Amino acid sequence: MKSPRSRRVLVPLAAIGLLAAVPACSGGSGEERSADGKLKVSINGQPPQTQAFERTIFDQDVAEFEAAHPDIDLEPHEGFMEVESFSAKLAGGQLEDVFYVYFTDPAQIIARRQAADITEAVQGLPHVDQLQPQLLDVFRDSGGKLYGLPTANYSMGLVYHRPLFVKAGLDPDQPPRTWAEVRAAADKIAALGDGVVGYADFSKGNQGGWHLTAWLNSLGGQIARKDGDSWKADFNNDLGRTALEHLKQMRWTDDSMGSKQLLTDADVQRMMGSGQLGMYLAAPDNIPVLVKQFNGKYEDYGLAPVPEGKGTLIGGEGYMVNPKASPEKIKAGLAWIQWKYLNPDRFDSFTQRYADGQQPVGLPALPNPDIWTGALREQQEAVKAKYANVPAQNYAPYLNAAATIKGHLEPPSAQQVYATLDTVMQAVLTDPAADPAALLATAETKVNATLAQVR
Amino acid sequence: MSAPARRRRRLAENVTAYGLLSAALVVFALFSWFPIVRGVVLSFQQVNFVDDPEWVGLANFELLFSDPLFAVAWRNTLLFTGLALVFGFAIPFLAAVLLNELRHARAYFRLVVYLPVMLPPVVTALLWKWFFDPGPGLFNEGLRAAGLSGSAWLDSSDTAMLSLVLVSTWANMGSTTLIYLAALQTIPGDLYEAAELDGAGIWRRLWHVTVPQTRFVLLVLLLLQVVATMQVFTEPFVMTGGGPDDSTVTVLLLLYRYAFVYNDFGSASALSLLLFIALGVFSAAYVRLTRRSAE
Repeated sequence: MKSPRSRRVLVPLAAIGLLAAVPACSGGSGEERSADGKLKVSINGQPPQTQAFERTIFDQDVAEFEAAHPDIDLEPHEGFMEVESFSAKLAGGQLEDVFYVYFTDPAQIIARRQAADITEAVQGLPHVDQLQPQLLDVFRDSGGKLYGLPTANYSMGLVYHRPLFVKAGLDPDQPPRTWAEVRAAADKIAALGDGVVGYADFSKGNQGGWHLTAWLNSLGGQIARKDGDSWKADFNNDLGRTALEHLKQMRWTDDSMGSKQLLTDADVQRMMGSGQLGMYLAAPDNIPVLVKQFNGKYEDYGLAPVPEGKGTLIGGEGYMVNPKASPEKIKAGLAWIQWKYLNPDRFDSFTQRYADGQQPVGLPALPNPDIWTGALREQQEAVKAKYANVPAQNYAPYLNAAATIKGHLEPPSAQQVYATLDTVMQAVLTDPAADPAALLATAETKVNATLAQVR
Repeated sequence: MSAPARRRRRLAENVTAYGLLSAALVVFALFSWFPIVRGVVLSFQQVNFVDDPEWVGLANFELLFSDPLFAVAWRNTLLFTGLALVFGFAIPFLAAVLLNELRHARAYFRLVVYLPVMLPPVVTALLWKWFFDPGPGLFNEGLRAAGLSGSAWLDSSDTAMLSLVLVSTWANMGSTTLIYLAALQTIPGDLYEAAELDGAGIWRRLWHVTVPQTRFVLLVLLLLQVVATMQVFTEPFVMTGGGPDDSTVTVLLLLYRYAFVYNDFGSASALSLLLFIALGVFSAAYVRLTRRSAE
C-alpha cells in the first residue's frame, strides 16, 4: 500500500484520527495566572469587528468588569458556538473557560460530560432563582444538576404587516388568535391582488421542518416525546394531520399562499420587507432584520402570539463552563456571566447605550431578552418602555401572552428531524394531491430512525 | 567481506539518503500514519476529549449498522459512483478524441476544457446552485424560453443526485481529458494509416486502435475515479446537505455528520474504517483482475 491511490483511500480515516490524536491540554487558556498574578479566564461571545456597535459594547463591558474585579483578567475571543469545531477545540485545549451555546447544544454537551457542573458554584450567585425555570431546565441533566445559564431567548410568534391588514379591512390591533382566523385573514389579504400573499411558510433548508414543529407546538403538540431513555416521533397523529390539512387548504383551496413555494426565511423576509406578504411565523428578532436588510419600517410590523397559543417553540442562548476549568475559574467565569448578562443593576445603563447607539429598543429581544420572572421582569419592561424607540405597542399582543404560553425546546438531532419534515412541507405546498396522513406516516418512520441514534 | 560488514558498508553509503529522507518520514509519520493508526483505534472507543477514552468493542459498528441512513448512504454513494462513471468516464474520453482530431485552435479548446478545474470546488458548487435554482435559475429560464417546463433539479429527490453528478463531471473532466489526450498523442500515426488502408471507418479505428492503445491509462483512471467518487463530499455538503429526503446523503457526508454534528468520533472512525476496507478490497481486486487480463 504505497501508491498515491492507496493514500487517497486513507484520507477520511486519517482526518478523523488526526483530530483525535491531538493531545489534550489543560482546560481553557491553560495558564491559571497572568504575569501580574491575576486569574486568567478566557471567554467567547465577543462579536466580530464587522458588528461595530455590538463589539464596542462587549469590549467596554470587559474593561468595566475587570475594573470591578481587579483579580480577574478576562481574555475575550471572537465567535460563538460552532458545533463543527467544538470537540476539536476541547481536544486541543483551545475551548474557552466560558463558552457560548445555543439552546440546542446543552443536552448533548451534558450527556458527553463536556461542561462543568456548576450546581454548587451557582448557589452564591444573585438573581439566578428569578430566571424563567423552563430556561434553566435547558441546562439541567435528568438528576437536576445545573451546567450552564441562559442569557437570552426567543419564542415563535406571528409577524404581520399592519398596512396590509388595514388595506384588507382587518384591524391591525386585533391580530388573528387562531389558525382559523389566520386562514380568514390570509384570504382577505391575498384578495388584494397585485401578487400580494396572505400567509407564507418555509419548506427548504430544514426550515420547513422547523416551522412545522412550531405549528405543531402552537396546537399543543410536539415533534418528539421522551420515552424512557429514548426519543420517539410524536407528530403522526390528529394534531399533525390538522396542521397539514390547514396548510393544504390555505395553499390550494384558498390560494392565499402564492404560487411560488420552496421558500426559506430570506425569501419570506424579502416578501414582507417589500410589503407583498401579510403574515408569517417568526420570532421577534426577525423585525430588525426586516428593517435593516429588507428596507422595511418598524411601524409597519406587528407581532402577535403564535396562533392558538397552546404552546410555542422556544430557542435561545446561554453560557457553559469548560469541564477542565478549576473551581476558581468556574467561580470567576460565573461572576462574568452574571455581571454581563444577568444583571438587573445594569438594565438601565445597558438599554440606554443601545438607545443612544440608535439600535432598536422596545422589542422582546436584545438588549431586553425576556428571561426573567416576577419583579425583575416588570423592572426590565419598565426600562424597555422608558427607552423604546420602536413602536412597542405593536408587539404588546405577543408580550402579554408570552409568559403564559408553554415553551417547547427543539427536538434532539433537530436539523436531521427538520430535514425529513421539509419533505412533508414541500409535498403539501407543491402537490395538490398530497396526502398528509401518508406523508406523516413515512416521515415518522424516518424520524424514529434518526432519534434512535441520539445518545 | 562478511555479511555484517557488507551491511555496515551499505548503511554508510546510504546514510546521506536516509538523512534526507528522515524529515519526510517524520512528517508522514506524524501527520499521516499516526492519525491513521489512531483512527483505527478510535473505531473501537468512545471519546469525549475530557475523560480517558473508553473501549467499547464493536458498539460503534453496531450503532452504524442500526442507522437506516447507513444503507441509504452506501446506496447513494454507489449510485453517484455509477452515474459519475457513465458521464465522467465516457465524456472526457470522447472530448479528448475530438480535441485530438482538431487541426485549429486546439490550445484554445484545451484551455476551455480545463478551465472548470481551476475553480475552487465550493465556488463551482455555489455557481451551479444558481444554475439549478428552480425559480430564476439559468437552466429553468433556458427551458422556459424554449417552451419547456422547468425541472426541480436539486429540490427533487428524483433529480438531485443526477444534478450533483453533472456538477462533478463538469468540474473534473478537464484533468481527465488532458490525461486521455496525452495518451492519445502517444499512439503512432501509422497504426491509424494501416487501419484506414484496411478500410476501417472512424468508429472501427476508435475501437480497434485508440481503445487498445490507451487501455492502460483507461484502467488506471477508472480505478482513480471509483476511489475519488466513492469519497464524494463537497457537492452534497454545499449544494443539498444530503437532501431532499436523504437522496444525496453519501458515506462521507454521513461520516461528517457523525463526527461534527453528533460529535461521535468513535462511530465516525468506524465508518471511515469501513470505507477504507471497502475501497482497499476493491482496489486490490481490481489490480489483480487487470493484471491477470494483461497477462
